[in-house]
Amino acid sequence: METLGQIRLDWLFFAVFAATGFGAFFMGRTRLVYASAQAGASPIGTHSQPNFHGYFVAMVTLLPPVIVFLGLALFGDAYVRSQLQSQLPEYILQLPPIEVGQYLDRLNDHSTMRSPPETGNALFDAASDRMAQLRGELRFLTLLLALTLAAAAYSWSVRKVGPNFRARRYVEDGIRFGLFLCAAIAVLTTAGIVLSLVVDTFLFLTAEDGPTVWGFLFGTEWNAQTGEDFGAVPLFFGTFLIALLALFVAAPIGLFSAIYLSEYASPALRGWAKPVLELLAGIPTVVYGFFAALVIAPAVRSGAQWINGLPFVPDGFLAAQPQSALAAGLVMGIMIIPFVSSLSDDVINAVPQSLRDGALAMGATRSETIRQVVLPAALPGVIASLLLAVSRAIGETMIVVMAAGQRAQITLDPTSDLTTITAQIVALLTGDTEFDSAKTLSAFALGFVLFLVTLVFNLIALNVVNRYQEKYD
Amino acid sequence: MTDAPDSEQASHTNAFANPDVLKRLAKRHAAEKRFQIYGMCAIAFSVLALCTLIFSIVSEASSAFTRHYVTFDLTLEPDSVIPEIGDSYDDISSNVTGFNQLVQSNLLETFPVFAEDRNLRRELFAIVPRLGVLPIARQTAERPDTIGTERSFRVVLSDDLDLFLKGRITPSRSVDIGQAGRLGEVGAAEYTLSDAGLDGFPVLQRVWAERETFGSALITVNGGWYRLTNVAGAVMSLEFLAGGPPRVGEQDGADIRAIILDVPETDRTTSDHQIAWTLSLQESGRIERRLNTSLIRHSDSTYPELAGAAAAIVGSILTMIVTAIFAIPVGIFAAVYLEEFAPTNRLTGLIEVNINNLAAVPSIVFGLLGASVFLDVFGLPRSVPFVGGLVLGLLILPTVIIASRAALRSVPPSIRTAALGLGASQTQTVFHHVLPLAAPGILTGSIIAMARALGETAPLLLIGMVAFVNEVPTGPNDEATVLPVLIFKWFSGAERAWEPMTSAVVIILLVLLMAMSLTAVLLRRHFERRW
Repeated sequence: METLGQIRLDWLFFAVFAATGFGAFFMGRTRLVYASAQAGASPIGTHSQPNFHGYFVAMVTLLPPVIVFLGLALFGDAYVRSQLQSQLPEYILQLPPIEVGQYLDRLNDHSTMRSPPETGNALFDAASDRMAQLRGELRFLTLLLALTLAAAAYSWSVRKVGPNFRARRYVEDGIRFGLFLCAAIAVLTTAGIVLSLVVDTFLFLTAEDGPTVWGFLFGTEWNAQTGEDFGAVPLFFGTFLIALLALFVAAPIGLFSAIYLSEYASPALRGWAKPVLELLAGIPTVVYGFFAALVIAPAVRSGAQWINGLPFVPDGFLAAQPQSALAAGLVMGIMIIPFVSSLSDDVINAVPQSLRDGALAMGATRSETIRQVVLPAALPGVIASLLLAVSRAIGETMIVVMAAGQRAQITLDPTSDLTTITAQIVALLTGDTEFDSAKTLSAFALGFVLFLVTLVFNLIALNVVNRYQEKYD
Repeated sequence: MTDAPDSEQASHTNAFANPDVLKRLAKRHAAEKRFQIYGMCAIAFSVLALCTLIFSIVSEASSAFTRHYVTFDLTLEPDSVIPEIGDSYDDISSNVTGFNQLVQSNLLETFPVFAEDRNLRRELFAIVPRLGVLPIARQTAERPDTIGTERSFRVVLSDDLDLFLKGRITPSRSVDIGQAGRLGEVGAAEYTLSDAGLDGFPVLQRVWAERETFGSALITVNGGWYRLTNVAGAVMSLEFLAGGPPRVGEQDGADIRAIILDVPETDRTTSDHQIAWTLSLQESGRIERRLNTSLIRHSDSTYPELAGAAAAIVGSILTMIVTAIFAIPVGIFAAVYLEEFAPTNRLTGLIEVNINNLAAVPSIVFGLLGASVFLDVFGLPRSVPFVGGLVLGLLILPTVIIASRAALRSVPPSIRTAALGLGASQTQTVFHHVLPLAAPGILTGSIIAMARALGETAPLLLIGMVAFVNEVPTGPNDEATVLPVLIFKWFSGAERAWEPMTSAVVIILLVLLMAMSLTAVLLRRHFERRW
């Protein structure tokens, strides 16, 4: 029993499943050939091809063990831990829950080693052995259960096989259901996101040391690291200031790039300018963040210091911090240029040529046509692209973590360091965290706000784009 | 014509002859030109931004691809090499203290003057990092027969001195002072140099006058290294730092040079002594610049001169495998369902809206999902590629679905009708005919989605993949980190030497991404099919 705990769960189960599946398939297939021969029919005269009978039997046989296995994978560890926890001596259980958790973590790590070394701590070694034993028993029992259920399912399904059995219909229904499950994972993901965010936000707002809803949304002091103040207004402010700065860069440049590429550029220029924009979109955000901190932030700082040094500028007019909202905003602007330009490009191209021809025929220059005919016609789409870009900027994390700073403050000076929702989430959740302190939960509340805000932006943008496409299709 | 009102048209038969109209026309054409220039500027800005980014990172990284090493001829004394606990491979290969004793006594032999001063000793030993002897220990452990013999080894130079030699910190310049001079001894380690050639004196006098801002000047005479402590007329007061023992008297045919360091000693991480020792070692040919292979061979370390990205590269690969195994099949099947099987009803509509929205959810929210569902509810371990891969898989799932749907949609309906007409079931039609034809498009979309996952950082921070990992992970359940997270971690390191290292990892990451995108483009070119 004890050695069972050391078997790599994944491979053992995989091997058993594969063997069972193949076995069931061939048995089902053979059974059909045998049954149809007995009935005097050739396998060609059966309703479904032999393979489908094989698939049917394999499918039905594997269904229960897969479910059992999923249950084990998801809840097995938690079960072993809770079993072991109830057997630990009293003085360990009286420790704070987080330390008990860490103790169990260490036991878990130790007991899953191939050959756990003696630590010298008799209690720890004994507990580790016990954990391995519990795990081994659980796995053994699960395997037994899975095999029993598989045998039952097999004997039920193999009896169904026969020349008139419509195996193909069942198999295809099964496949279709499987495909549906895959599509449903996307919905499950959203549900998981919403649920975890809502639950943790609720826990946060009802926690003893947490704030009220009002205090969270409208408080102006943020000191989550010390667990004191949870007024998120400085974070909202920082987030929107930086997103706005980014938009100041990306909106004109993205829009003009799109206009130039779709209305003026030669095919050759388009041929290399578009990949350059796509490259900008493909650079990881952590690289942008590094670039912001390495090059742009020092440049912004020295620029601010130069302005401070001008004769007519009051002393300390600009904060000129080593990390600044402006640096993060500029680089984020560069990052979202491709979003603005590619979406705007699409909507500008979707404007019917007849509108352009009409304006040109009336004697308007090309720029007049663009400004007075094409852009007004494409306006909803352009606005949608800007909304999507802003939503992207609000949710962007690494650039602000690396270049904007950690200080929660409200100031309009873009050369001072600011913090944002995303930067705070990272600061609060990086490293070892316990899941029930107000500090940690506040990160989920921030995430919930972030999720809602970006969702609203996206929904509006997608709606506008859809309606716009219908208009010209 | 549109701009000319009717009354004007009546008075001038040709509207273009009207000076007002011509003026306006010129203005309009100027506006047209301006508009075009704005457009070109916008594109130029994007190109410039990309070039600046690449250039700044490459130039920063260039110094990390090579590194300075110090050569040591060490006699592998069994007393030092073999630790008390035993002489197995593991014992010898991890015997940092013993090998450091060898290296340190070698350094003391080379620079004996300062053996008494404890602070100076510590400074001297710091020119090679403590763990820098690990490769020697490993080599020795692999060949125990070499114990007792004298062998030549290379040890990395400490990161700050390495950067100094590369000219990355403490800018310095060299000034020729002359060819001869008289060295006189004043006290312990204090000397005077007089009657040297006059070429360099004005410079030195200026340096001395501005020494508050200029830092210090090191003088080298006949293999010895001195620090300038005073300049009075044509006499320099010197303090002996390192190198060949001073020979008092006339210095014949000796090049006398001054190295002027532009940063005061208190503002540097390297002392005058350390620089003098390093330059002296360099003069005697014991320092060489070699390719920095530790960057891809070593795992993470707290010492920048020993750290490498090997564990992160393997971690990235493991994570990507998990992501691919999860997201690509599920994404393709979901796309097949939505495109080929789904009835048009509310549920399908809900799923579609859902997928489109999910594609735009900030990546960090997926990190929150992973932290709260995978770690907290399911109790999966922290910092492992398995969980990281799952989170990234969920993150790119919508992208894979959208790309796969586009590829499926581009397969003409005639293929489907033909297959159905020949008696194939719908499932057979899809899996035998439509899916194979859509495969290249699906593959391209999947590779692009995987590239996005490879560069993703924020969600992995939240599931603990920032842990310090100094062993290469061997499976998806080992603690690991990935390349983008390593960039973030090294970026946060305090020492200046982390910057080029970080840039080097950025370049490794960008090259990997570039390779993936290129594969996608080539696949698309090769298999592109117009119906």
